Amino acid sequence: MNAEQILFIVFGGISLVGAVSVISFRHPIYSALALIVTFFAQAGLFVLLGAHFVAAAQVIVYAGAIMVLFLFVIMLLNLGTLSASGSIVGKLKGVAIVLGLLLAAEGIYIAVNALNETAVASAQPTAAPVTTYQIGELLFSKYLLPFEVTSLILLAALIGVIVLVKRDGPDTD
Amino acid sequence: MERAYYFAFVEGDFVVLPLHVLIISSIVKILIIAHLLIIGVMAMIWSERRVSGWMQDRLGPNRVGFQGILQPIADGIKFLFKEDLIPNHVDKPLYVLAPAMLLVPAMITIAVVPFGSSLTIFGHEIPLQIADISIGILYILAITSLGVYGVVLGAWASNNKYSLLGGLRSSAQMISYELTLGLAIIGVLMLTVVEPGESALSLRKIAESQGKALWNWNFLIHFPAFLAFTTAMFAETNRLPFDLAEAEQELVAGYHTEYSSMKFALFFMAEYMNMIVGSAVTVTLFLGGWHFFGLENVGGPVWSGLISFGIIFVKTAIFLFVFIWVRWTLPRFRYDQLMNFGWKFLLPVALTSIVVTGILWVTTQSRLLVGIGNVVAAFIVVSIVAGLLVMNKTPEPATPELSGLDAIE
Repeated sequence: MNAEQILFIVFGGISLVGAVSVISFRHPIYSALALIVTFFAQAGLFVLLGAHFVAAAQVIVYAGAIMVLFLFVIMLLNLGTLSASGSIVGKLKGVAIVLGLLLAAEGIYIAVNALNETAVASAQPTAAPVTTYQIGELLFSKYLLPFEVTSLILLAALIGVIVLVKRDGPDTD
Repeated sequence: MERAYYFAFVEGDFVVLPLHVLIISSIVKILIIAHLLIIGVMAMIWSERRVSGWMQDRLGPNRVGFQGILQPIADGIKFLFKEDLIPNHVDKPLYVLAPAMLLVPAMITIAVVPFGSSLTIFGHEIPLQIADISIGILYILAITSLGVYGVVLGAWASNNKYSLLGGLRSSAQMISYELTLGLAIIGVLMLTVVEPGESALSLRKIAESQGKALWNWNFLIHFPAFLAFTTAMFAETNRLPFDLAEAEQELVAGYHTEYSSMKFALFFMAEYMNMIVGSAVTVTLFLGGWHFFGLENVGGPVWSGLISFGIIFVKTAIFLFVFIWVRWTLPRFRYDQLMNFGWKFLLPVALTSIVVTGILWVTTQSRLLVGIGNVVAAFIVVSIVAGLLVMNKTPEPATPELSGLDAIE
């Protein structure tokens, strides 16, 4: 077992424990924190794959920005401890089980397929880490259209928020 | 496969060290820098109090040791021996965790900041930097954005309205100014000279590309971006004039109202550590890093390394003095002013600097023109924004008649 495998087990383990904690904590703040831990461990996994930029983006965007907003909302709404019976989760238990089983089946299928291909993959050396330059080049050539469409969607969301907030007319500043 | 063990050095830098040299030198560097940071915090606490005293025409602490230089140690001992009070109404796990969550990001950011060129010891050229990773700048932005959790969680766990208000203010402020912080750097990255296959996001490369002459220093080429970055950094470190998270008149002590003894000291240390690391990053990005008119090349391979460390040390110290200076020069912003300033002035300036730097660099390839263009464009943008704000300004409502207690005030 080399260092890479040990690190994979560490990060993978942390991300699993974090993911389970997200749904098992009773308090939404603790759940949000567990989600941050999961994101962090996933960033570690990305580093192991040589995708340094994706790892940094994961931490900046998800752990750094989106989760702060989550915490913000939880605190502003002052959400207390949730109980499983009263919430919508309790009523949709059947749907949740079916969807969960589907996802698990998918995961097992992919894992079994991957196991068959491991022999081929492990013979090849690890790919060189992808540089930011290469990512930028790809974004502005091969993936230009999806990139621009994404930015348009974000722009639409931005305008939508402003319209919603400014609904009462310009004189309510 | 062995690459993976020390890719941090092989990839960003041309220096390839044997594994044992790498491990030993890294441990030594980590120990030195971590202790330097803590000593730096103590020095900052002392100098802040003395410089504040000097600026206000009083003495400041001057009893413990020569000129009061041992005062931080006395303070530290006091913090350690005070009763570690945990109020009953707090959320205990988060209350205990929050100071550490603020201190750790402050401390680990320094890992990617170069503190000198390189030292040659026993025939090995050792770069003066703990880890030269290819995404250095992104690492700094990522870790800085995590600092907000310590503030927010400490505020929430304290279960105190002043704390919570302070925490919410601080998180809104940090999110707003983080954008400027990130965007102001992009112009610098565009002009960083790298060989193919190297990453312009490495802080060492950014510092090296400023080495040729004074007019290669980034603060001259990207002057508006430099101002925006520095201002945003003041906001990120919660320093005056942006310290609304702990505005004494309104919020007692803000997010650390309920903290005492060493936990309070950790919040305090984290603030100063953020300042030191922020100054070091600014020096590396904009103020030429370890370069100073060729002084860094004087002497042999050992001396030039030590001199380069001295240069970056002095530059950082001067920048830290500016922090204290600004604190006693500018009054605190009001909260709406803070948000307006961040979103309506700093963010457009940072965005303009990206557009102008890109266009002028591609068309002219001249650093001089980029520098002039940046200043002119920033001036135009600020004028437009200010003009729009003045035109859209609604007449202020007439002040209501004062009555009762208000009239006395």
